[in-house]
Amino acid sequence: MTKALTKTLPFFTVMFVVIIAWYIAAYFLNAPQAVALMDPDGPTGFWAVLQACYSMDRPVLPTPDQILSALYDSIFHYPLTSPRNFLLQAAYTAQTAVTGLSIGLAFGIALAAAIVHSRVLDRSVMPWVIGSQTIPILAIAPMVVVALGNIGFTGLAPKAAIVGYLSFFPITVGMVKGLRSPDTMQLDLMRSYNATGAQVFGKLRWPVSMAFLFPSLKVAVALSVTGAIVAELPTGAQVGLGARLLAGSYYGQTMMMWDALLLASMLALGLIFLVRAGEFLLRRQRGGRL
Amino acid sequence: MSGEACAALAVLLGLAARFLLANHQALSGIFAIVAAALSLVSLNFLAKSDTRQSRILCPVLFGLTLIWAWEMLVIGLNVPFILLPPPSAIALALYNNAGILAGDFDQTFLHAVLAGYAIGCGTGFLTALAIDRSLFLQRGLTPLANMVSAMPVVGIAPIAIEWFGFDWPSKAAVVALMTVFPMLVNTQAGLHEAGAMEHDLMRSYGASYLRTLFKLRLPAAMPMIFNALKLNSTLALIGAVVAEFFGTPTRGMGFRISTESARMNLDIVWATITVAALAGSISFGLLALCERRVTFWHPSFHKRS
Repeated sequence: MTKALTKTLPFFTVMFVVIIAWYIAAYFLNAPQAVALMDPDGPTGFWAVLQACYSMDRPVLPTPDQILSALYDSIFHYPLTSPRNFLLQAAYTAQTAVTGLSIGLAFGIALAAAIVHSRVLDRSVMPWVIGSQTIPILAIAPMVVVALGNIGFTGLAPKAAIVGYLSFFPITVGMVKGLRSPDTMQLDLMRSYNATGAQVFGKLRWPVSMAFLFPSLKVAVALSVTGAIVAELPTGAQVGLGARLLAGSYYGQTMMMWDALLLASMLALGLIFLVRAGEFLLRRQRGGRL
Repeated sequence: MSGEACAALAVLLGLAARFLLANHQALSGIFAIVAAALSLVSLNFLAKSDTRQSRILCPVLFGLTLIWAWEMLVIGLNVPFILLPPPSAIALALYNNAGILAGDFDQTFLHAVLAGYAIGCGTGFLTALAIDRSLFLQRGLTPLANMVSAMPVVGIAPIAIEWFGFDWPSKAAVVALMTVFPMLVNTQAGLHEAGAMEHDLMRSYGASYLRTLFKLRLPAAMPMIFNALKLNSTLALIGAVVAEFFGTPTRGMGFRISTESARMNLDIVWATITVAALAGSISFGLLALCERRVTFWHPSFHKRS
């Protein structure tokens, strides 16, 4: 009990302080506009201004309760098929992120396996894989969507392609490290068993690499949600959280932007949670370590 | 035949194939096949030898081959320009639009990225130092920082524009928010890097808290801090470019990419991406150089030299 408390109490204290600071900031940021919009015949004074600050339609900084109630409103007061329902938009983004992530995972692992087994690939491709991490790849997202749209690929495919492209780099780098992590002793043992290349891969390299796969997967997940949102920007703002974000920014709908952001964060945290759960299960199956 | 000679021949034949492509396609095709084969043979040779020269030449040759194949395929197969412009067109666009691109670079990199990066990294570093003595705050802020680094922080861009205006300060704000938490987490972890033995030694010298911090703990934290600086340099560029997709005055790399791709001027888009890639790689390289200077004692640099 006390151990759990020393872990959670600081976090919740910090969160509490953040929320209090949020309300204070909302007062100071919204006050100029709120005062201008107030009914001149109505009540005045600090409390009236405070109330006005926390109940504006288009606040500069909405309060957490406004954000949550707008989210509640969009989820429960509109049918699931309505584009105004944020769950539908989040589902589109989740679909893009997960599809892209699967592509990136499959391609990243395949490339890592090829690099580990081929000296030529290792020498020539690997520096580019590492170097490409210094390049703002995300910047080409809208262009890829437009270019693929020109030859008839619209909808999920170009967006998933971007997410896949973004997420395969950390996975390749992590998996190359992981597949190389067995030491000489272990590899010699496999040789003394007269194991084939496939057996060495399946029984030694692959299991050992799992310790490296999960950290890279977490990086890839964070990238994939960002990538999915950015990929949704140039498609003419139709579907997805990114489109809602852009629409909110065009029409000055502050709450819409914050709700899109909140759901995107929850999506990222949910995916991270799934990765952690997978890691936990594997760890338990292997008796406490990876 | 050595790998280097093979590579040189491949480059010559490749160039010849490119120049013959317009008028003598059959001959160009033969040249191209021979050049591609020579390049593969050369890569095989180079991968086997273990000299410093071949370690550099190998990726360079591979990159050249890739760009060359892109050029040959795009022109040879008549790939539409709006799908993928050939590298030669991109190089030409880079040359012709140097002025515009320099303006974009100034707006995005020299203003938004540098300011945001300095503010974000500085704040993260100072916060980590400030909460160094409070275990409570460290325990509270670390999960928050981890949570934020999993979030799509660039999404804050439209909100930042609403607060800080259309020009570069709003982009700098996004960059600062993106970079602050990685720096905080890494500095914090770095400050715990020094071992108990070293701490005991400092105590036996009667060193004060500040002395221990400056002489032992900060130097020991440097590898982690540089880790964050390098990670943040990439994040900062991405953040600034993507933030510009949401609105900016009529210059900036993100603005250029989004407007020119909508106008189908893909050569300028690719030229902008080339500039961004160069800026990203060069700043990463400079940071790596500084890292080597500052943390020369770290084991990861011993093996190489």
